[in-house]
Amino acid sequence: MIGVNDSNESRGNFAGIQPLLRFEDVHKTFGRNAVLRGVTLDVMPHTVVVCVGASGSGKSTLLRCANLLETVSDGRIFLNGEDISDPRRDQDTVRRKIGIVFQSFNLFPHMTVLDNVTLSLRKVVGMRRIDADARGMELLRRIGIESKARVYPDRLSGGQQQRVAIVRAIASDPELLLLDEITSALDPQLVGEVLDLVRELKSTRATILMATHEMSFARSAADEIVFLHNGVIEESGPPEKMFGAPEKETTRAFLERFD
Amino acid sequence: MPSAIELDRRAYRRKQSVRSALLSCVSLIVFAAAVWLALARSEGWTRVRETFFSPRYFIESLPVVLQGLMTNLRVLASAVAGVAVLATLIALTRTTISPVLFPLRALATVYTDVFRGMPMIIVLYLIGFGIPGLRIFGRIDSTLLGTIAVILVYSAYVAEVIRAGIEAVHPSQRAAARSLGLSHSQTMRIIVLPQAVRKMVPALMNDFVAMQKDVGLVSVLGAIDAVRSAQIMVAKSYNFTPYVASGLLFILMSLPFIHLTDWYAARLKRREQAGGAV
Ligand SMILES: Nc1ncnc2c1ncn2[C@@H]1O[C@H](COP(=O)(O)OP(=O)(O)OP(=O)(O)O)[C@@H](O)[C@H]1O
Ligand SMILES: [Mg+2]
Repeated sequence: MIGVNDSNESRGNFAGIQPLLRFEDVHKTFGRNAVLRGVTLDVMPHTVVVCVGASGSGKSTLLRCANLLETVSDGRIFLNGEDISDPRRDQDTVRRKIGIVFQSFNLFPHMTVLDNVTLSLRKVVGMRRIDADARGMELLRRIGIESKARVYPDRLSGGQQQRVAIVRAIASDPELLLLDEITSALDPQLVGEVLDLVRELKSTRATILMATHEMSFARSAADEIVFLHNGVIEESGPPEKMFGAPEKETTRAFLERFD
Repeated sequence: MPSAIELDRRAYRRKQSVRSALLSCVSLIVFAAAVWLALARSEGWTRVRETFFSPRYFIESLPVVLQGLMTNLRVLASAVAGVAVLATLIALTRTTISPVLFPLRALATVYTDVFRGMPMIIVLYLIGFGIPGLRIFGRIDSTLLGTIAVILVYSAYVAEVIRAGIEAVHPSQRAAARSLGLSHSQTMRIIVLPQAVRKMVPALMNDFVAMQKDVGLVSVLGAIDAVRSAQIMVAKSYNFTPYVASGLLFILMSLPFIHLTDWYAARLKRREQAGGAV
């Protein structure tokens, strides 16, 4: 805690608000492949940070490090000022505070939609089944598919599956939501309904760090856009700046391709 | 009412299938007759028929052999339970990644290598004569020793089937479960194993069929099972019909399960063609 406050000051955070998630000079190598080479990034509470970058630039790796699905090779990651990259910290407790949704294979095919949504409430939070089901139904109602509560995930459309995965991730009220290209495996006409749900979460002041190739969404919904290039953050800033007047030539060249 | 063209096509197909059915009947009859003639004309046929297919010895041996088969069934039942436990433990050990467990993992690997490579009969001899040779446990029932040998060998096979099943579950499933806050063992129990089991069922069924007949090998340790009972009768009468009787009983015992396996495999295939889970 103490060391963290020091570094907060040295980076001069405004008004003493602490970032919810902070990457501090994070490195990650796979064998001899250095994927992340010193990433420093703050995700402030109640903001949507969108990470963009070429395929293979390490966006997924960054998110997986934040969720402790990968161990960092160097540097530190803080959640609410606590060093979660410290191996002495209990990983399961940390993961409970962070929800994540992947590109595909999110839902458990051998459980009903409702059981998928309530799993963490029942098995991790320790809620009684009846209470968990009530909360689960409320979440399914919110995405308009409460009629599918008792069916298995393979009966849902891809867009419905991803929306269920999102509400499952937020069922036990995590402090942070990580979304890794959640629309990449979807047919184009299904992308909108999933992104609308993300917009709705933003309106409820959720904190979201997401990787996506949907630039128009990034432009309209992001508070901050982070451009990952060659293992470091090449440039970051609000969408107006990143799309309107980027400082770096590489940023302009990358974002231009999506206009 | 189908069109005339379709009716014509159907009539043609019907004629074709009747033709090929007739053809295969004829060839079967010709083949059977040829075999029969060759046997009957061979010099020793009458003697072979008398020593292997004697109705008198068959009826006489059947109750005794059937009695022995009960031993095989008991061995089979305990072995299935033993294999289920041991194989799961070995498979789970082999799928761990923690460096602390390396010695255990290495042991499990050596175990599966050794017992899949060694002929069943050698394992039976080593266990059946080796363990009593230690003189720690006093006298041990040979049926029990045989059961242990069967468990040791089949656990190695089944452990590999289970491991393959576990590894066939998509890695994102595990990551998704851990991200929800589930512990490692919860993830295994609630998410990975239930999905793995479905993928394993056909292979497990095959191993079970093989095991059904391999329980007959406990006879080499002197356990009075179907094979051994037959052997005793043969030794008295010099007529081999009891062996045929016991073989027949083993076939009968495995038939229902073999067909269940076929049925299940066909059902699985239909399901997959109908479009599986995402
Ligand atoms: N478990 C792993 N083992 C070895 N290399 C890996 C592993 N995971 C990722 N990599 C490598 O890390 C690099 C970055 O991968 P990552 O998935 O983070 O990229 P990405 O930005 O998410 O790409 P995409 O847009 O295609 O999803 C790639 O070169 C990949 O091969
Ligand atoms: Mg990725």
